[in-house]
Order: sequence, then structure tokens, then C-alpha cells
Amino acid sequence: MTRTWWIERLAPWVFTLGLFLVWEVSCHVFDVPRFVLPPPSLVFQEMWYFRSAIWNNSLVTLWTTLAGFFMAVVFGLILGIAVGWSRTIYAALYPVMVGFNAIPKVAVVPILVLWFGIGEVPAILTAFLISFFPIVVNVATGLATMEPEMEDVLRALGAKKMDIMLKVGIPRSLPYFFASLKVAITLAFVGSVVSETVAANRGIGHMLLAAQANFEVPLVFGGLIALAVLGIGMYAIFAVLERRMTGWAFRSGLNNA
Amino acid sequence: MAFVRLEQTALAYPTRDGDVLALDNADLAIQAGEFTAVVGPSGCGKSTLMRLVTGLRRPTRGHVIVDGREVVGPLKFVGMAFQNATLLPWRTVLDNLLLPLEIVEPHRSNLRRRRREYVAKAEHLLETVGLARFGRKYPWELSGGMQQRVSLCRALIHEPKLLMLDEPFAALDAFTREELWCVLRDLWQEQRFTVILVTHDLREATFLADSIHVMSARPGRILHRHEIDLPRPRDLEICYDQRFVDIVHTLRQQIKGVRQR
Ligand SMILES: Nc1ncnc2c1ncn2[C@@H]1O[C@H](COP(=O)(O)OP(=O)(O)O)[C@@H](O)[C@H]1O
Ligand SMILES: [Mg+2]
Repeated sequence: MTRTWWIERLAPWVFTLGLFLVWEVSCHVFDVPRFVLPPPSLVFQEMWYFRSAIWNNSLVTLWTTLAGFFMAVVFGLILGIAVGWSRTIYAALYPVMVGFNAIPKVAVVPILVLWFGIGEVPAILTAFLISFFPIVVNVATGLATMEPEMEDVLRALGAKKMDIMLKVGIPRSLPYFFASLKVAITLAFVGSVVSETVAANRGIGHMLLAAQANFEVPLVFGGLIALAVLGIGMYAIFAVLERRMTGWAFRSGLNNA
Repeated sequence: MAFVRLEQTALAYPTRDGDVLALDNADLAIQAGEFTAVVGPSGCGKSTLMRLVTGLRRPTRGHVIVDGREVVGPLKFVGMAFQNATLLPWRTVLDNLLLPLEIVEPHRSNLRRRRREYVAKAEHLLETVGLARFGRKYPWELSGGMQQRVSLCRALIHEPKLLMLDEPFAALDAFTREELWCVLRDLWQEQRFTVILVTHDLREATFLADSIHVMSARPGRILHRHEIDLPRPRDLEICYDQRFVDIVHTLRQQIKGVRQR
């Protein structure tokens, strides 16, 4: 392994550690009160102390996020293929979807609570609502940007719309689909946590709010760090999945293929 | 009787600022097994002509008759190749070649049973265009000229009676282009399918074709038909033959005339 390889591998860790170090030192040097910004040493101490609470609430948040996310995947795929399939469906659905997507999803949470009560259902549904749109758009884009010549080649051989979709459209839109999963999982996470802070009795979002109410400021920051770890983990999983599933798109450069 | 016939054919594309008449009163007759080229200034409706003959578009007026029947929808047997090779990057070269067989009957129904046979055929075709043992490669591992060879093979794998080529060599460098002229010449010499080759390269048309159609500027009509009776098989050397040069010169004059009008 070359030197640059090592430097590239180590750089993010060094930077992150440096960030924590600056944070720690600043807290002491400027004598920042603990209820404003606790030093990371204290935050980690507190995280260790509350580890079972953090662990259990993380599992709840993870579950609501993934449940909403998988609903979004199923729904987004179906809708994306429908929109990419026919110009009529596109024309009919697109304005509604854009309008719907423009609504900040926090504004929907009260209605969800009204319908389903406090708990996991609003979190799952918020995660779903916030994350399905990018999937739809990406899948539809993948289908819509198919080269017209390719379509001509197949149609002149007697291919039906279904053939063209199965042989070209859908495989072609897979890289777009997997790329959208990275975005969608992050958004789903945002959705479930936002919903938890408003209307839940479990989950990291709820824990954050409870800690804040009790002036457990270090635990608030502990919750944030837990969120960051969860978010990075989920993003990483889908980034790896994307590489695995659609390596050809990276190598061939889909745009000039 | 002619294999491909256009009779007073016109096509207008509807656009936001009214209809664009791309082709008007085009008349054309091509015999079975004939290699014909269509030349004309850019935007004169050459690609439009291809879409009409293959049935991808219905004419606004007039008739399109292929193999004795009026064309009313996409024909189901035509091989096509374009300027860009349009290979599927997630399929190997071999699997790209098999794609038409997954669509065209009766191969479609036989593919499972006779796969081995089809693969052998695809490999043979690759060999004839100088790409033996490239079957397992992916398109992006091939140069532009190689990709275009694969694209030609894909257009021919199901042994079509009609091959439509829309400026297939336009994006290649001069050497590769001449190499591919010879590849196409040999394939045609062997299989004698009917070819319509759209090109703006007059030497290409003269070297390859039995006949050349010159189109007018938009709205496109067929202005002239030249019979190219240079002896076959032709060698690249023929490009320096006086008769060859004269034909290219005449064509150039005609196109120039068309553009200035
Ligand atoms: N789908 C379309 N919609 C509207 N106008 C078109 C369309 N396709 C081609 N045209 C117009 O028709 C004319 C002929 O186009 P085309 O057949 O592609 O020309 P060529 O292949 O000879 O360059 C051009 O002026 C072009 O702008
Ligand atoms: Mg064209």
C-alpha cells in the first residue's frame, strides 16, 4: 500500500478526532457552562451511563426508519415505473407529486397523530412520506432518459412496450434506483426522528426531548451522536449496496454509454 | 417487384409552432438484395425516411410498401444500427448480440432450447467482423470502432431481410471507418440482405452501394437516383479510380445545388 493510500484512509479519522479535541479544549479554555455545551468527554461518559436507554431507543428509531423506508421502496418503485412507463400517467401524477413533496412533512405529523395516536405509526408514516419521492423521481428519470435509438432498434424487431421495459428500461434505471436509496434512507431517518420528537413515547427523538426537559444536556448531545452513528451506518450500507449492484454504471459512465 | 417502395410519401411532425414537413412526395423503389445509399444535406429527412420504412412512424400522406405489403405498424424483422452503438452496458458483447433473438420470433420461443446454437452463431458473427474472443467483454472495454462492429452484428444476428443503417460510421476516425466499410461490404457480399444506408459521406456511399439516392433540402424529396455499376467485389483502391472520383464529384455538385437553393 502506498503512502497516499494510507493518508487517504486515515484523513477522515484524524479530522474527526481533531474536531472532538477542539471541542473539548474550547469547552475548558472558554469555560463554557455544561448546560450550554458539555465537553465530549462528559458526553461520552453520559452515553456510557445511559447506554441501555440509548441502545433501546436507537433500536426503536432504527425499526421505524426501516419500516417507513421499505414501504417507500415498494411504493416508490411501483409509482416510478408507472410514471416512467407512460407520458399520460406522468402528466397526470407529476404535478400532484411535486405539490405533495413541497409540503414540509413536519406539518403532516399532527394529522398522523390525530389518525393513529402517539407512537410508532406516525414515525413510520412520516419516514415513508418523506423518503418515497426521490425514489419515484430517480426510477422515472432512469426510464425516461432511455436512448430513443435503443427503443427504435427494439421496436423495429417487434418488441412490445413490456419487452423494452424488461430488457432495457428497468435494468437501466437500477443505478438511479440504488443511488436514490442512499438519499431515501437518510430522509427516512430524518422523518422518523422528527416525528418522534413531536409525537412518540419511545425512540431517540423522544429521548432527546425528554433529556432536554430534564436539563440532561450531555445526554441530548449523546443522543445526537447516536443519531449521527446510526445515520452514517445506514448511508454506508446503501452506498456499498449501490456499488455492488450496479458496478457497470460506474465503469461505463451511464451518461455517455 | 421492388422490396421497399415509397409512393408520394409525406411526413409532418407536429410541433409547438405548427407542423414541420420533414418529407414530401418522396418516391423510392429498392429491389430485394439491393444495397442502396441515401445522401442529402443534414436535416433533410433522412432519419425520417428510416422511421417511415421501418414503420416506426406512419406517413401523413402516401404509401410505404415493404415486401408487397403496406406498412401500418413497426415491422418485426428489421435490423438497425445508428451513429452511436447503443449497446447495453450491463450485458456482455455476446449477450448484447443475443438481444434481438430474445425478441424476434421464432428465435424468442426457441432461445432456451437452442441457446448453445445461437451462442455459436453469435461467436461466428463476431469472428467475421474481427472480434473473435471478445464475446465475454463488456461494451465499455471496447473502442468505438469495435462497439460499432458489435452494433452491426446485433443488427444482423437474426438474419434480417432488411438492414437499416443511419450514419453508422459517422462518429469514427477515417481509418476505422474504412475498415468498417470493408466489414460491411463482406457481410453483405455473403448474405445479400437489402440495405438502406443513410450517410453524408459521399465516398462511403459510392464505395458500398449499388445505387445512391440524393435528397433535396427539407422538406425532403428524392431528387436523383444513381446506379453505381463499379465492378464488385470492390477494393479500397477503387476510391482512386477515375470513375469513382467522377461519381463522387457529380454527387457533390448535386448536394451543393440542393443546399444553395
Ligand atoms: N420528432 C420530431 N419532431 C419534430 N421535428 C422533427 C422530429 N424529428 C425530426 N424533425 C425535423 O424534421 C427534419 C428532418 O429530420 P431528420 O429526418 O432527422 O433529418 P436528417 O436525418 O436528414 O438529418 C428536421 O428539420 C428536424 O428538425
Ligand atoms: Mg439523421
